[in-house]
Amino acid sequence: MLELLDIHKHYGSLRANDGVTIAVERGSIHGILGENGAGKSTLMKVLAGFITADSGEIRLDGESLPTGSTKRSLESGVGLLHQDPLHCMPFSVLDNFMLGRPESFILDHSTAQAELNRLSDEFGFSLDPDVPVRTLTIGERQQLEIVRLLSLGIRVLILDEPTTAISAEQRTSLFATLRTLAGQGMIVLFVSHKLEEVDEICDRVSVLRLGRLVGEAELPVPTERLVEMMFGEMIVQSPRVTAEPGEPVIDLESISLHDRLVTLDDISVKVHTAEVVGLAGLEGSGQQTLLRVAAGLLSPARGSVRIGGETLTGRGYRRHLDAGVHYLPADRLGEGLVEGLTVKEHFALAGIEPQGFLLDWERASSEATARIEEFSVKGTVDSTPESLSGGNQQRLLLAMMPEKISLLVMEHPTRGLDIESAELVWTRLLARRSDRTAILFASADLDELLRYSDRIVVFFAGRILAVLDATETDSEAIGYLIGGKERV
Amino acid sequence: MNSDTIRTAALAIGGSLLLAGLLFAANGENPFEAFKLLFEGSVGSRAKLSNTLLVWVPLTLAAASLVVTFSAGLWNIGVEGQIIVGAIGATWAAREVGGPSFVVITAAIVVAIIAGSLWALLAGVLKVYGGVNEIFGGLGLDFVATGMATYLIIGPWQRAGVASTSGTDLLRDEAWLPKIGDENISWVSLALTVAAVIGVFLLMRGTSFGLKLKAVGSNVHSATRLGIPANRYMLIAFGLGGALAGLAGSAQVLGFHHKLVPASSGGFGFLGILVVLLAAYRASLIAPIAFFFAAITVGTTFLELRLGLDSAVGGVLQGLLVLFVLLAGGWQRKRRTEAASALAPTPSAVAGEG
Repeated sequence: MLELLDIHKHYGSLRANDGVTIAVERGSIHGILGENGAGKSTLMKVLAGFITADSGEIRLDGESLPTGSTKRSLESGVGLLHQDPLHCMPFSVLDNFMLGRPESFILDHSTAQAELNRLSDEFGFSLDPDVPVRTLTIGERQQLEIVRLLSLGIRVLILDEPTTAISAEQRTSLFATLRTLAGQGMIVLFVSHKLEEVDEICDRVSVLRLGRLVGEAELPVPTERLVEMMFGEMIVQSPRVTAEPGEPVIDLESISLHDRLVTLDDISVKVHTAEVVGLAGLEGSGQQTLLRVAAGLLSPARGSVRIGGETLTGRGYRRHLDAGVHYLPADRLGEGLVEGLTVKEHFALAGIEPQGFLLDWERASSEATARIEEFSVKGTVDSTPESLSGGNQQRLLLAMMPEKISLLVMEHPTRGLDIESAELVWTRLLARRSDRTAILFASADLDELLRYSDRIVVFFAGRILAVLDATETDSEAIGYLIGGKERV
Repeated sequence: MNSDTIRTAALAIGGSLLLAGLLFAANGENPFEAFKLLFEGSVGSRAKLSNTLLVWVPLTLAAASLVVTFSAGLWNIGVEGQIIVGAIGATWAAREVGGPSFVVITAAIVVAIIAGSLWALLAGVLKVYGGVNEIFGGLGLDFVATGMATYLIIGPWQRAGVASTSGTDLLRDEAWLPKIGDENISWVSLALTVAAVIGVFLLMRGTSFGLKLKAVGSNVHSATRLGIPANRYMLIAFGLGGALAGLAGSAQVLGFHHKLVPASSGGFGFLGILVVLLAAYRASLIAPIAFFFAAITVGTTFLELRLGLDSAVGGVLQGLLVLFVLLAGGWQRKRRTEAASALAPTPSAVAGEG
């Protein structure tokens, strides 16, 4: 039996894991379900030794497991299968299989190959030992990683969102493998935010939300119970603010494109002046990709982007910027703010009050002082963004927005912010809306989507599954759709 | 300058002096005597100070060039080659342009600046449009530049009668920079160097151009989101850096060698990297640090004369100093990151830590 006992892991003020206790019987497939940021990955990384918990204990068959070392976790029998297993791409399948095995200095290829073939045959994989790993599909690389971990004698197999990037056929094969392994007494932990998969493969499920264990259930269980556990009770809504939408500001028509693991397939979305459109969906379902198309950061392979009646398809970010499109990224420090430059320097760069070739530091300083006060950024004009909290970074970005914006494109506008900060951010955003600015945003927070959007577009696997009027739907309905299921 | 910077500097200087002292002692010399000689040999007399300044000029210009490109996040290793191409340009103009000294010198300096700038832009174009890392592009172009200089010296510009790698014939008198009294140093190169340092300092501190350059250098993604055309700024940084390196090349030809020699850069492009690292990329610090380095370079030749210690000890001293600075800086950074609980990275899964 595997026991996770009172696991705590904090990053600053963020409680990634807040006293999680889970027990899993041998020979069972146990689901770990939760939204993005619920703390699933942190918990699994603690278990596999990638990170050290602040406190808590892990026991396997009554024995305490070492923490903070992947090598020792592996030796104790805990192996983690990544969504996209990291292999040495130019090496052959056999070489990768042998990496990390306790080989002697002189490699014994024939024994390793026999072992690889035996394990492959057992699970019906067809892994050619001699081809380089880079020619394998992600599904095949997962198979290789599974046999590699098995040859190391693991007793616990963790799978972190294993089905994101593999074909339906490979998924069926993976699930069959997992059932076989469980039948042999393996403890399988299946991490996912996809309801139907957990429903299909798991014997039991633990649901995490905001770092806490909020419920456990034997499967099968009615889906609405899982949805309720995942997303929580609805908070009472404050009165909605509405504005009469006007002309279309952005017209995305039949957008198709492939970027990284996401394929957008024939997506059409329009946003009008003073309208707020929210994009819902699991991470990687296509909503972030569409936002980047709207901001001009990605060019669609097919389809057209019209802004203010002008066709801007493939014209690039700076052309969009000139057309009044403003983009607020989710990764505030990575692609919004510049580490090392002060708040004052940020305002000089943002050019709300344009500076000439020679900088007027006094003016930049007074402008920055006024702006950060107006947007309640807790910091000084000489603070650097990396020293600010996430909420203050976001408010700084808002304060840096130019006066005239026709379309605001945002990824997770309040991710990582506490309720008060999030309120403040949205007050500012809605003030923009009353100036007729259109808003297109993606969020993983259903409450946020429902409260602030006029329309909600639900993405699933790169397609639009539904377009909902925010006043005529609820979080439960969206929760189903996000997981790819219609409410029955 | 915060207390961290001061602590780092004190740690580095103290550490390197201690090690250098041990080095002297191990060679049977009194360390204090050696340091005294080092001081005397570099700034002990007018002539010695003048020699130190002769080294200071190209070193400071190379460092100023590097401050510009480093600010834009570019590891412009090609300064060495840009100095050589500048020297070639200056030599060409000095040979081709006739007229009074003022005209010849001005033409030579302008051509050197343009030549250095274009050579740097080549590395920039390779990086921005060809995806060639500027370190490798610059290094490659360094070798090409050296080859070009050697070819010119033993080929088209060879000395009358003998082709020798010792250099071309001496330039006409009109192409020699005017000297200060009997000393070797020229007020022209000193003035240009001071102007260049002040110019770079003001550019990085007081202009929107410098600020945007720093933004591009610190985070090219965020800078682009802010609407800054990052590629253009990188190219301008290369061009500007190359111009300063070209100026250094002209100072070497017109004010020091008075001819083209194969190694006209004298390694100042690389030594300049050490100066900039020590100055933590700040324009305000490069002049004094470059002076300190120049003093060590010149002073150790005196050490060789008096104590029989090889002048390579100067390189050892400079190297130790930089290593100690990097060590002290790295150590403080490590302590800071350990103090702040940073987000855990996701390590490789293949072989764990094994």
